[in-house]
Amino acid sequence: MQPLTDEEIRELSTKANAIRRTIIEMLAAAGSGHTAGPLGMADIFTALYFRVLKHDPQNPAWPERDRLMLSNGHITPVRYATMAHAGYFPVEECLTLRKFGSRLQGHPEREKLPGIETTSGPLGSGLSQASGYAYAARMDGRTFRVFCAMSDGEQEEGNTWEAAMFAGKYRLTNLTAIMDRNNIQIDGNTEDVMPLEPLRDKYEAFNWHVIEVDGHNIPQFIAAADEARSIREKPTIIIAHTTPGKGVPTIENDYRWHGNPPGKGPTDKIPADKQKEVFLQELEASGKK
Amino acid sequence: MINPDAKLAANIFEKPDMASTREGFGKGVVEAGKADERVVVLTADLAESTQAHHFQKAFPERFIQVGVAEQNMATVAAGMANYGKIPFITSYATFSPGRNWEQIRTTIAINNVPVVVCGMHAGVSVGPDGATHQALEDIALMRALPNMIVVSPCDAEEGRKATIAVAKLGKPAYMRWGREKTPIMTTNETPFEVGKANVVWSCQGQTLAVAIFATGPLLHNALLAARELEGQGINVTVTNVHTIKPLDKETILSRAREAGAVVTVEEHQISGGFGSAIAELLAQEFPVPIEFVGMHDQFGQSGTPKELIQHYKMDAPSIVEAVKKVIARKV
Repeated sequence: MQPLTDEEIRELSTKANAIRRTIIEMLAAAGSGHTAGPLGMADIFTALYFRVLKHDPQNPAWPERDRLMLSNGHITPVRYATMAHAGYFPVEECLTLRKFGSRLQGHPEREKLPGIETTSGPLGSGLSQASGYAYAARMDGRTFRVFCAMSDGEQEEGNTWEAAMFAGKYRLTNLTAIMDRNNIQIDGNTEDVMPLEPLRDKYEAFNWHVIEVDGHNIPQFIAAADEARSIREKPTIIIAHTTPGKGVPTIENDYRWHGNPPGKGPTDKIPADKQKEVFLQELEASGKK
Repeated sequence: MINPDAKLAANIFEKPDMASTREGFGKGVVEAGKADERVVVLTADLAESTQAHHFQKAFPERFIQVGVAEQNMATVAAGMANYGKIPFITSYATFSPGRNWEQIRTTIAINNVPVVVCGMHAGVSVGPDGATHQALEDIALMRALPNMIVVSPCDAEEGRKATIAVAKLGKPAYMRWGREKTPIMTTNETPFEVGKANVVWSCQGQTLAVAIFATGPLLHNALLAARELEGQGINVTVTNVHTIKPLDKETILSRAREAGAVVTVEEHQISGGFGSAIAELLAQEFPVPIEFVGMHDQFGQSGTPKELIQHYKMDAPSIVEAVKKVIARKV
C-alpha cells in the first residue's frame, strides 16, 4: 500500500477525534459502559475501517470482506462509533447504545447488528474464534484476512493461550491479532493485578510474528498491518501500545476510568455533572494540538 | 407389548447385539461427512475414545486436533461454524460441556452458530474411572441454554441416525454419548426424527397404569421393567425420548393424560435433567404424580457399570419399584 500523505494522516486523525466525540456522547447517553478502552483504540479502529480492512458498509455480508473479530467486547462503543462514521448506520443511532430494543447491545451480538461478526464480552475467547474462522477460510482457499482485536487484560485468560498455541501450530498466516496494550484493567494496572510481560517473548515462543507499534501513530499501525499481510510463515500479532482515555488528558492512564461512562466516573478531578462537557472540551483542545 | 410401529430388533430381550452409543456416533459422523463436505470434527486429545478417529481416517483434511484444550475447541469450532462449517466437537462430557460451558453459551448459543457439542462418557456407566469422569450434570447445563437442541440417543443405531439428522439442522446442538456397550434396541427401520419421541412399549386395549419416559441406554432397563410389570398385570407404556430439547409435548402429554402417573428414567442428576424437563411440562399442562429414576444429588464412584447402575437404583427392579410407588400415589 502507498504511504500516507501528510494530508491523509491529518484527515484520519480528525476522523479519529470525531469518533472519540461520538464515543463520549453515546456513553454519557447510555449512563453506563466503558470509556478508557474505546478512547484508547479510536486511532486503530479509524485506521482499520478507513484504510486497512477490505469491507463495504453498504453490504456488511460481502463474502470477500476481511473479518474483524472483537474479543474484548466491552470496548464495543469504539467499534459502533467507527462503523457509524464509516457509513454502516446513522451516527445518531449510537445514542441508543445499551438501551432497550437497541441493535447496539452493551456487549456486541452477531445477530443484532450486521457487520459485528461475532458475539463477545466474556474475555479470552475471541482469538480462538478468529483462529477457527481463519482455519476454516484457509480450508476453502479463501483470500480474505481475519483480524482479532483484543485487550491486554484478557492475556490472563487461559483460553487466550490455548488459541495462541493453536494458531501457532497451524501457522494461520491469514490471521492478524491486535493487542490493545494499555496497561490497565478494572482492578488496577495490569502489572499489579497479574504481570503479563514479556508479552513479545511469549508470543514469539508460541510461533507468532510480533510487531510492536505506538497505537496512536496511525501510519505506523497501517505499516504493521501491511507487514502482517506479507508474513507467510506464521500468524502475526501487533502489540499496540496505547494510552487509555486518549484524547481526554485528565483521565488518560487512570485505570478507574476503565468501566465508567462520563457522568458516573471518579469525581476527584471533575464533578460528575461536568464530566461529559469537560471531556468534550479537552478532546477539542487536544485535536487542535 | 413392544410397539410394532417402533420396528425394534427381535432379540432385544434375549442376547441383544451390543455396542456403545459412541460407536454409533463414530459411524454416523462419517456418513454425515460423506453427505456434506462442510462437516468437520474437532477433538481435544481424545480421538479414539470419542470415536472421532473414524472421521479422522475418512477425512484427515477435515479433522482438527486441538490438544487438551476444551475451551479452545468450543471457540475454534464457533469460529468455524460462523464461517460456514458444521463442526462436531468431541471430548468427555465432564470437560465439554463441563469445563467450557461459558464458551459454549457465548460463542455457540448466543452467537447461534451450528456447532454440535458431543459429550462422551456420560453417566455412571463410565465405570472404573470414577466420579470425576462420570458426567451427570450435562443435560442440565445444556438444556438451560436458549437455541440449544439436546439429543440423547438410546443405542448405537439411533446414535448413528441422530448424528446424521443433527448435522442437517444448522443449529447449536448437544449430543450425549455413553462409553459402555449397551443393547442395540432400534433397527434401520425404526423411525427417527429430532424432536419426535417414539413409543416403544404400549398396551393396546388395556387400562394404562403408568407412562414411563426414558432417555439414553437406560431405555433397555425401562423395557425390561415393562415386561416384568406386564407379567404382574400392570400395564405401562415406555416412550423413548431421545430429544430432550425441544420436548415432543404432544406425545408426552397424550401418554401422561392416558396414564395419570409418570416415571422418568435417566442416567443423570434428577435436578435439572430429563425428568425435570418432563416435570416442567406436566406441571404446566397436566399435573400428575411423577417418580424420578436417576442420580439423587450424589456423585458416582468406581465400579463396574452393572454394579453402579444397581447401586444407584437405575436398574430394571428399581424402575418396577418406582412404577408401583407412583401408582400408590395416584389420586
